Amino acid sequence: MFNFICRRVIHAIPVILIIATVTFFLIRLAPGDPLSDEKAVPPEIRVNLEAHYGFDNPLWLQYLHYMGNLFQGDLGPSFKYIGWTVNELIGQSFLVSLELGLLALIIAVLLGTISGTIAAVNKNSSLDYLPMSIAMAGICMPTFVMGPLLVLFFGLYLGWFNPLGWEQWSDRVLPAFTLGIYYAAYIARLTRSGMLEILSSDYIRTARAKGLPEWRVVLVHGIKTGLLPVVAFLGPASAGLISGSFVVETIFQVPGLGRFFVMAAFNRDYTMVLGTVLFYATLIILLNLIVDIIQVIINPRLKYE
Amino acid sequence: MNKDHSISLWKDAYGRLMKNKLAQFGLITFILMTVLSVCGPLFSPYTYEEQDLLYGAQAPSLKHWMGTDVLGRDLITRLLYGGRISLGVGFMATLVSMVIGVIYGAVAGYIGGKTDSLMMRFVDILYALPFTVFVILLMVVFGRNIVLLFIAIGAVEWLTMARIVRGQVQSLKKLEFVDAAISLGSSQVRIILRHLIPNSLGPIIVYVTLTIPAVMLLEAVLSFLGLGVQPPMSSWGLLIKEGAEKMEVYPWLLMFPVLFFSLTLFSLNFLGDGLRDALDPKSARD
Repeated sequence: MFNFICRRVIHAIPVILIIATVTFFLIRLAPGDPLSDEKAVPPEIRVNLEAHYGFDNPLWLQYLHYMGNLFQGDLGPSFKYIGWTVNELIGQSFLVSLELGLLALIIAVLLGTISGTIAAVNKNSSLDYLPMSIAMAGICMPTFVMGPLLVLFFGLYLGWFNPLGWEQWSDRVLPAFTLGIYYAAYIARLTRSGMLEILSSDYIRTARAKGLPEWRVVLVHGIKTGLLPVVAFLGPASAGLISGSFVVETIFQVPGLGRFFVMAAFNRDYTMVLGTVLFYATLIILLNLIVDIIQVIINPRLKYE
Repeated sequence: MNKDHSISLWKDAYGRLMKNKLAQFGLITFILMTVLSVCGPLFSPYTYEEQDLLYGAQAPSLKHWMGTDVLGRDLITRLLYGGRISLGVGFMATLVSMVIGVIYGAVAGYIGGKTDSLMMRFVDILYALPFTVFVILLMVVFGRNIVLLFIAIGAVEWLTMARIVRGQVQSLKKLEFVDAAISLGSSQVRIILRHLIPNSLGPIIVYVTLTIPAVMLLEAVLSFLGLGVQPPMSSWGLLIKEGAEKMEVYPWLLMFPVLFFSLTLFSLNFLGDGLRDALDPKSARD
């Protein structure tokens, strides 16, 4: 177990370094730079600014400088949010994104596993077809369709929630549902097929044969193995929740990391873009590792590779 | 390769597909959407950029079947032009991802050994990366260029295809017809191109059908964020974005694009599911 984690972490380091390098040079290829704004800066001030941020040095020196700071965990200052460091900006906005992502994940897992299990237990009845049809609709409705529709209906027509913002508790409901519903649908389908396979296996027949009540068979014996595909899906799902958050945060004006990233990319805020990309990459690699570990814990048949 | 056998396999699959009502519905809707988008604009009296500023946004009427947007542009015309872009990006990016994925997977699976594990290790690493982030970055860096858009998306979406083809090729290359081809003196390239890839067509087709909606979705997300297609040109993602901005006042600007887009995604997903059941009856229906 320990060896496995160590090896994965060691594998991840060169990956992150390559991402840092590629992103660093890619963003420099972009036309424009963070210092060119709508308001033209006088040339003398511009020279001073360039000197301040080290833009007058050759690119390779800037690269080495950045990587040196990176090894100390310093992502540099933001060019657009004067006085803020990228670390501070990411730290603050990520908490918002994390809250949104976790709420969406909870909705997705709860809705998905429950409806998927119900569908599998009542195979080929209306309790199977109805949730599965809704799930198919959920998969075909992308976040940027679902979001505006939810706002239109619950926000403007019924007036239950604020159409946008991130102030009170109730402001969390619509964004979290918008983000979570696709994954709920996907998890429902995975749960259903996983449970169907398990419920026809030998050990379930044994459990039924020794006279256990049906709910025990399903909820204690079946669900443990039946949910394995769902657990495996959680890695890609959390990566998807991250990219989904770009859209949802834009629709609902949520001050999260996704919105900061898109704005930083528009503004050519070099350090902010780099910092966010690296942060996302590390996060996804970490999440995949955690999911792999969980998978082995609940299913010892899998070995650490 | 036994020709009769391959024909009966496809006939068999065709028969199963035709029995699947949902898949048929998907196929018909998808063809209809494509024909409408390609031919529709030719019959429209308006163009996608023609403005009727005197009236601004109008509700659907006989003159403008789906109404007009704030600048007085005919919505149905913009939708059909948008369909060309969205479907075009869907096809082209899927084609790019298919070419990369099929070749990469076939080579890895055929050569096997160290090369294979190295190549698949690379795919594993790429799987773990935040690709939407990268596509957004590419669009910002190199401008909102439509050719670049589908190359970027295609370059991102080939990973699963490579895995599928590799698995197929790995099991196929142990079969006798490959030995026969080798003993007849076929080159390795010929074996891959003429024998292994054609025999993996089933799973490839299924996955292509499921990639098109995924790609269209990514294009729409980019356009929605303002990074994809730029006005006055239109795409479904862009129209949904414009519609979402004005939905309280002019709901039809959101409803019609959503209808077109979701219907197309629906039909492609149903078709893909149906094709999977038809071409690979062993796979459990989920």
